[in-house]
Amino acid sequence: MKNTIKLFSLLLITVLLVAGCTQAAPPVEEPEVSDQPLRVAIVTPSSMNDLAFSQSISDAMQALQKEMGEGKLEYVYSENMFVVDDAAAAIRSYAQQGFDIILAHGSQYGSSVQEIAPDFPNTVFAWGTTVDTFDMPNVHAYEAASDEGGFVNGVMAALLTETKVIGVVGPIETGDAKLYIDGFAAGVKSVDPEIDVRVTYIGSFSDVALAAEAATTHLSAGADVLTGSAQMVIGAIGKAKEAGAYWFGTQADQTSFAHDVVVASQVYHWEVLLREIFALRQSGVLGGETFAATLDNGGQVIKINPDLDLGQDVLDEAERVIQGIIDQTISIP
Amino acid sequence: MSQSKKLTSHPAKKRFAAVFDSFMPIFATIAALLVGAIFLLLLDANPITAYSALLEGAFGSFNAFAETLVKAIPLLLVGLGTCIAYRGSVTNIGGEGQMIVGALLSTWIGLSFTNLPGWLMITIAMLAGILGGAVWGGLPGVLKAYFNVNEILSTVMMNAIAVQIMNYMLRGPMIDPVQAEAASQIPQTARLEMAYRLPRLVPTRLHIGLLIAIILAVMVYVLLWRTTLGYRIRAVGQNQSAAKYGGIDVKKHIVLALLLSGAFAGLAGMMQVYGVNYRMITDGSATGFTGNAGFNGIVAALFGQLHPLITIPASILFGGLLVGANSMQRIVQVPSALITALNGLVVVFVVSSEYFRRRSQRKRIAFIESEDEGKPPKERSEGLGEAAS
Amino acid sequence: MIKDLFTATVIIGIISSGIRLATPYLYAAIGEMFGQRSGVLNLGVEGQMLLGAFVAYFVVLRTESLLLAILAAIGVGALMGLAMGFVTIQLQATQGIAGIGFYLFGMGMSNLLFQKLIGVVENIDGFSAIKIPLLGDIPVIGEIFFRQNLLVYLAFLLVPLAWFVLNKTTLGLKIRAVGENPEAADSLGVNVALVRYFTVTLGGILSSIAGASLSVALLNVFQQNMTAGQGFIAVALVYFGSWRPFGILAGALLFSMVNALQLWIQVLGIPIPSELAVMLPYILTILVLTLSLTKGKGPSALTKAFEREG
Repeated sequence: MKNTIKLFSLLLITVLLVAGCTQAAPPVEEPEVSDQPLRVAIVTPSSMNDLAFSQSISDAMQALQKEMGEGKLEYVYSENMFVVDDAAAAIRSYAQQGFDIILAHGSQYGSSVQEIAPDFPNTVFAWGTTVDTFDMPNVHAYEAASDEGGFVNGVMAALLTETKVIGVVGPIETGDAKLYIDGFAAGVKSVDPEIDVRVTYIGSFSDVALAAEAATTHLSAGADVLTGSAQMVIGAIGKAKEAGAYWFGTQADQTSFAHDVVVASQVYHWEVLLREIFALRQSGVLGGETFAATLDNGGQVIKINPDLDLGQDVLDEAERVIQGIIDQTISIP
Repeated sequence: MSQSKKLTSHPAKKRFAAVFDSFMPIFATIAALLVGAIFLLLLDANPITAYSALLEGAFGSFNAFAETLVKAIPLLLVGLGTCIAYRGSVTNIGGEGQMIVGALLSTWIGLSFTNLPGWLMITIAMLAGILGGAVWGGLPGVLKAYFNVNEILSTVMMNAIAVQIMNYMLRGPMIDPVQAEAASQIPQTARLEMAYRLPRLVPTRLHIGLLIAIILAVMVYVLLWRTTLGYRIRAVGQNQSAAKYGGIDVKKHIVLALLLSGAFAGLAGMMQVYGVNYRMITDGSATGFTGNAGFNGIVAALFGQLHPLITIPASILFGGLLVGANSMQRIVQVPSALITALNGLVVVFVVSSEYFRRRSQRKRIAFIESEDEGKPPKERSEGLGEAAS
Repeated sequence: MIKDLFTATVIIGIISSGIRLATPYLYAAIGEMFGQRSGVLNLGVEGQMLLGAFVAYFVVLRTESLLLAILAAIGVGALMGLAMGFVTIQLQATQGIAGIGFYLFGMGMSNLLFQKLIGVVENIDGFSAIKIPLLGDIPVIGEIFFRQNLLVYLAFLLVPLAWFVLNKTTLGLKIRAVGENPEAADSLGVNVALVRYFTVTLGGILSSIAGASLSVALLNVFQQNMTAGQGFIAVALVYFGSWRPFGILAGALLFSMVNALQLWIQVLGIPIPSELAVMLPYILTILVLTLSLTKGKGPSALTKAFEREG
């Protein structure tokens, strides 16, 4: 035993010495040269192709890359950083590597940004989804007003339901999911307060089977229109499809997944906000702003499935509500 | 091991064999990484670049090594609990839940009392973390000892229950007042006061928890092999009927083994809050908060041959692997799923390498009558502390 | 509102949801039971399930053949089982830790393959519901029990089959002997290693089918980490059922039906926090086991490696 301990200690000391000898790379002071590509690092809590939250930022970066042209925008990412602690390490490491902009794309990363941003005053940190910039000069905050899209979806759902029962499948009762679901319920109630909106939170972002069973339960309880938020709802969409019940999506366009039943999806276009963040950096503003993806600025869009025959009145009403939210003649409670 | 002086033939050769054996986990890790290199090649990544990034990310700079140590702290604490549980022949896979409950209790106290001196609050919070973990570990102990409910079942279930309690507390009673006002309502608590944070050792994220954990490792060693309580826990672990015959209250010591092991996990949870994040945040799952330390700590303890002192370097090496792998993901941009798969391969290879270590050890053991630490080699061939209850 | 729970719709709903939710648990837990009865604890069920789920889904996506999908899942499950067997039987590795290793490997591998080979999730045509003639027409009961898909029926048939194999065949006798007293079994000429290889491989296959039952029968999608801890619940259910097939059936149905019940509690708007509803199945499983009087004794040699003398 004692030998083993000695050996391990020896090994550690060696490692420590090696560590001491290697110099940490000095933070790169990026000069403002316009033909240098903009370097962006993204940290996300789920995988980049989750058909939901992380996918939305990945799509945005690809759109921007195309838009800005060859060699103007480079980006790297750390996905599945659901461990807050690991995300903090990733954020710090990207900052040390001299990335221009670091997108902390998860509301749980706030503390980490707050810790790290002051050490890298020349780096832009953008944290979403939230409104809190901690009053730091190099931290932006961005969020999605997902209650707006939820409201529009809710209005359409209310017009489509015949049983006057609508089922909702959510992950946990907070954050973006709650914002969307509350907006959705408000939208339904604005059309007909008598309609019953029933919400289940299954307590998980990954339990597809339980999400599916929650949808089945809603259907047995009389719901003929369903919606839900987060990546495990694919289970619920499948059940809506089997039963021929309408489905409303959020976070990504879910039409391709169940063509016959997906009525509309609220889709985020973060590139609208990112464009502004990039432009501000060009003009020397590194932080302090709060951005929201809204129907007004095109940061979110309601994508209606063109192949479903919903009736002109439903489409007109959706259009009217979207316009109303944009003109602020309709306010979401 | 003190066998060297007892050896009669080829002492140098024997000593070399012992050296070789103790490096076995490292060889196994390298072997696993070699297999991983095939995956890297398939993903069009250069394994040499990737693995130098891993090494650099874990031990390559002062800051990197500090991150490794930060990662090692909860692994070591959970690992110490595993050592105790293992000696008592109980399987505690409830580290995740115990970390959460310990963290919740200590955070709640830290946010409730805002005007205490820092050292006092840290002490109280540590006790609260220990208490929370002890309750969450002790309950399966009571269920096992007095109601014959298997602890694997109860700890698995209690992990899930703890997650839901955490989700409820962080969006309800304990939510950050700022978030309660905001539209998005991020499920997190307010930040702890500056004074309550665990002091940092060097200008990195490395906090004093490392020293505390190392001191505790020594204390666990003393507890297990130098105290009556430890002797009794081990006696119950080795042979329940013999222990009972020897007048030991078997049930009480089963509870104690699980309770103590939970207490260490609870303390680990407290340190994640007071030393690293300064607040509790949930993403809805256990892993978001614990970073899987509740499971990885068990693995670290096994890498440390379930000995509290060897678990110290084992935790650091395993922590380094985890930190380095994340860094590798960033630098060569491979999917993070590969890291999880690699992590699994390393665990399988290291646990398998025990066989070779044991085999060559057994050749040498013929020369030794007894081991000073009362650990017959046969015991190692047993499973993860599953009692034949 | 509470009284709303006692209507026919709700009760039928709970039972039929419970049957579907119990299906993967039955496969995985019965497989795990065989392993444990022979003395091998496998904590890697979750990883085997995920790989099985992925492979079956992938095969259906590419070939649209359900038969090939199940064969592929069996193949992958057998490989994972054999690997677990090699490590724990041949190399006598600590079973619990090896299982955690295989869990991580299976989770990582299934995610990696999904990202690299598929990327975007699609709905597939999986096993569809089969109405059993006559029985399926019985009101209420027919709807609950006789209009499920093939993998659901097979899961429930597996229970008596497993009971028969374990208690009425020589193979079952050997499995139990190896789990209780491998030395004695060995002295009677039973090949301990071979029996354990068999049970662990069978366990791998059944876990893999458990995953497939999610991805190509019940849900017809694949999502990363879609099993969400069900593999660990399956292991726990083996203890709940005291290592007996019908005990496992009871545990799986209890857990699943309470899970279905908590969904109904939320749907009917009974005012308790959603988190409390979600915890109900976990709490009740512990509680029921605590209060139940008949708890079996586990296999004596569980988690103990066996090595022939000399």
